[in-house]
Amino acid sequence: MAEVINEMNVNFFSRSCNESFARTVIAAFVAQLDPTIDELADIKTAISEAVTNCIVHGYKSGIGKIYLTAKIYENGRISIKVKDRGCGIENVEQAMEPLFTTGGSERSGLGFAVMQSFMDKIKVTSKVGKGTTVSLDKYIIRRTVKNEKNQ
Amino acid sequence: MGVEILKSSSEVTAKIEGDIDHHTAAEIRRIIDENISLLRPSLLKLDFGGVQFMDSSGIGLIMGRFKLVKTAGGNLKVVNVPRRLERMIKMSGLTKLGIF
Repeated sequence: MAEVINEMNVNFFSRSCNESFARTVIAAFVAQLDPTIDELADIKTAISEAVTNCIVHGYKSGIGKIYLTAKIYENGRISIKVKDRGCGIENVEQAMEPLFTTGGSERSGLGFAVMQSFMDKIKVTSKVGKGTTVSLDKYIIRRTVKNEKNQ
Repeated sequence: MGVEILKSSSEVTAKIEGDIDHHTAAEIRRIIDENISLLRPSLLKLDFGGVQFMDSSGIGLIMGRFKLVKTAGGNLKVVNVPRRLERMIKMSGLTKLGIF
């Protein structure tokens, strides 16, 4: 089991202006792994989707707190959790189907599909009335470490 | 985030700048839709050349404008899509609509 070498926790209100805040925070934290622009864009996109789900679905009837945690492991794995204490998802399998949405005609229903495609691993746990946690993992090839070893 | 609207006799071009997420999409949508209902263009162009970031809210934005402009009897084209957004657009299946 790889060791955790860094960790961050931040929580914020489920206001839509915090979607860009969450992306910026995660990008700043991941930057220490020296990711490529594409890797960084993938992570930012996945986090944006997860946080948007908390706002649009989890806390659809009001404002609640969103809990964002991230861990960096020595093997280059970044593990991110986006958690809400909102309404929860009745049928997680159905919610994860591409194009399924309860968010109206302006929502594409692609959120989970994007998270699946842009990250290496996704796990969703949810309980109706308790909330939802989305766990997202991605491996970043640590070029700086590789370079150090080569020197 | 910003939207610049360029108008000609039968065309409206909406030049979108910055990030498209669920938060910014609401304002972008409001500005574009206002112009669609006012001008009823035969062609609406969404210019994505200035888009720095987009999540699936951008797909919802395109889908919604496609339906709206079609209902008003017009057509939609999405132009200057940056390379980094192509993966998301391919995933959405929107390429089948012939709007790119």
